[in-house]
Amino acid sequence: MTLKHLAGACALGLSSFVLSAPIASAFCGFYVAKADTDLFNDASKVVLVRDDERTVVTMASDYRGEPSEFAMVIPVVDVPEREQINVANPGLVDHLDEYTAPRLVEYYDENPCDLKRYRMEMATAAAPPEAMMMEDAGMAPEDLGVVIEAEYEVGEYDILILSAEESDGLITWLNQEGYRIPDGAEDVVGAYLKRGMKFFVAKVNLERHTGSSVLRPIQVAFEDEDFMLPIRLGTVNAEGKQELFVFAITREGRVETTNYKTVKLPSNMDVPIFVKDEFGEFYKAMFEHQTEKENGKAVFMEYAWDMSWCDPCAANPLSQSELRELGVIWLDEDGSDITPMPRPGFGGPQPVDAFVTRLHVRYDGKTFPEDLNFQVTGDRENYQGRYVLRHPWRGDYGQCEAAGEYAETLVERWDEEADSLAKLTGWELEEIKQKMADGGFSAAAIGISEPRPKRKWWDRLWRNN
Amino acid sequence: MRLFQAVNQDARHWQILALSGLFSISLTTSDFGARPLALLAAIVGAMFAQVAGTVWFNARSAKRKAGSGSHWRASNLEAGLIGWFACFQWKSALITSLSLSILLRANSLWFWLAAGFIGVTAKFLIRYRGKHIFNPACIGIVTVSLIGGSAAWVSPGQWGQAPIFAAFAIGFAALVLSSAKRLDIALGFLIGFAAMLFGRALYLGDPLAIPIHQLQSGALLVFAFFMITDPRSTPDSRIARSVFAFAVAAFAAWLSWEYHIRGAMLYALAGLAILSPILDHLLPAKRFEWNTKKDPQHDPETPRRRVRARPKLVRS
Repeated sequence: MTLKHLAGACALGLSSFVLSAPIASAFCGFYVAKADTDLFNDASKVVLVRDDERTVVTMASDYRGEPSEFAMVIPVVDVPEREQINVANPGLVDHLDEYTAPRLVEYYDENPCDLKRYRMEMATAAAPPEAMMMEDAGMAPEDLGVVIEAEYEVGEYDILILSAEESDGLITWLNQEGYRIPDGAEDVVGAYLKRGMKFFVAKVNLERHTGSSVLRPIQVAFEDEDFMLPIRLGTVNAEGKQELFVFAITREGRVETTNYKTVKLPSNMDVPIFVKDEFGEFYKAMFEHQTEKENGKAVFMEYAWDMSWCDPCAANPLSQSELRELGVIWLDEDGSDITPMPRPGFGGPQPVDAFVTRLHVRYDGKTFPEDLNFQVTGDRENYQGRYVLRHPWRGDYGQCEAAGEYAETLVERWDEEADSLAKLTGWELEEIKQKMADGGFSAAAIGISEPRPKRKWWDRLWRNN
Repeated sequence: MRLFQAVNQDARHWQILALSGLFSISLTTSDFGARPLALLAAIVGAMFAQVAGTVWFNARSAKRKAGSGSHWRASNLEAGLIGWFACFQWKSALITSLSLSILLRANSLWFWLAAGFIGVTAKFLIRYRGKHIFNPACIGIVTVSLIGGSAAWVSPGQWGQAPIFAAFAIGFAALVLSSAKRLDIALGFLIGFAAMLFGRALYLGDPLAIPIHQLQSGALLVFAFFMITDPRSTPDSRIARSVFAFAVAAFAAWLSWEYHIRGAMLYALAGLAILSPILDHLLPAKRFEWNTKKDPQHDPETPRRRVRARPKLVRS
């Protein structure tokens, strides 16, 4: 019943999985609400594909409101050509999200009287829930010192690339156009302008909008030495913290932030069975608790893996065409002869030379005053957020000696599970134990007299008791 | 008290203690921190180069002495061994190794080994008037990260806030205690660099939280307290040191703003190292020596012309 054995089981492909949990997100730039709707913007999902200086950014949002209310404002380094902008299939980012999500793994204990075991099953859940917002909107830009550098129609979006002398002029113009820029944005916008950056603003064109409730992710391909993600605009209107997921795909390895500490989300713990029914809450509580432990100042790494495979898989690895659509351009350039070796576990459709890092950030202007700066490292060590459920064998614990001993180990195991759950999430230990007992995971439930003295190690040494 | 005196005999003892403290902080508080194996690899590389360099150096000076009628001979085995390894500066090599393992990250242990070897070898080979040009750890890191590309990198952001304050305190304490008379260059650099960050923030209209955040960097700390303060590769006169510190700060700021180079200060120091001998030439002053206080001896790392090596009080 060691984890090693069990890990072997998943490597043999005995896995199946269940997907659950709502996935939602918002945006990293900022959402500006019209008509005094809630300005709170929650989660954004950004995919960054980076190869040397070539970068493709995909910005996804699960905005479900009125399309006319949607708007997005992000600083960009240069004026992109029309060909550099694209809209992607919305399922793409969701698939990547599912593939990299923290996962729950289940194992079933066998009858200890036989010496056989397991089966596993796993479930995944993902991302916290969200909400979103936005907006629409006009006057003579040149009077305000605003230059429309380019104007494009891409998919359902009308996109403008703006430059300006002064932040005041730009903000006034944006507000006239119906982008509701929150108070206090002048300094941030001004700082970007002084660095020579332009603003990429997008709105939904209702005539070209298909009526689908889902707005497709916007993609921009560009070259820049600086590997960063502007997040400061998102903090201006923040009511509370912002939630951001960054999925970085490179050929070399893991991506880390250089100006904020990157921390691994605690992983590979055994947790009580009831977590299965509330994995979403568990993940949120754990993330919240771990963020507090780092004083809110860390970037959490939730997944780092070679995209050719996964073990266990929360979702199938992305296909080559999906990766290409996200901007993984080197697959075509390398030629098909240089494919990496297939790996154990669940193989992808084809091995690919791509490494994904999933970073989760909860930020506000106080804890993350600066934009996120990244670097690509050569670290290809795989890491995943994985939590283990172990279903006990239920039966007559008196049927053989092994079964009796097994029952005792169960009680110890449940105590440990409760402890680790309390440490991960900050939940009350007593409540956890109560919940476990209600589900039949307590000494009383399996007929072991409660305060059973723990056997010393020497009692077990020669089995002389 | 006796312990204090024992440690205080050599300024480098304080540095080794402080760097060990930083190493432990990084090891225990960061998921992507310093690794003992990496330290070991760096030590192997650095010590190997230090041994080779010392032997080579002693052999050279033996030849010179023999030519001038010195009685020193390598024929006697015991005297020979002592002679070959005389003044083996293991402490300097250890300091280099510790700095390397704290700052450098790589996907193979070979990079730490190579960085240690390259850094210490450069110390012996690249000299001008008996003083090495490059700080060994700095040139080691810069070389392997240029060669290694993304396989070797510097992780400047992997210190939490509490560890960074502890680390600053340790660094500062070590510097004061070691009295390597180089507090001026550390503070000069930090003040210069901070001034650039704050100046830029004011120009851009950024909140001051941004430069304050940027100053909380582990790389900046190790750099300011243990690298640019290296008395053996920085100018001898105080004015020259201040000029040097500001130049490195300005160059580092420019590299990171214009070219977005992570760990820009290391590149700045390596790039400007050549300024040090030039400043020494323009503003000559007494040369610094690593001296143990009880047992002063000459240092083979600095063969100097004219002046005879003599002990110098590091602390009076």
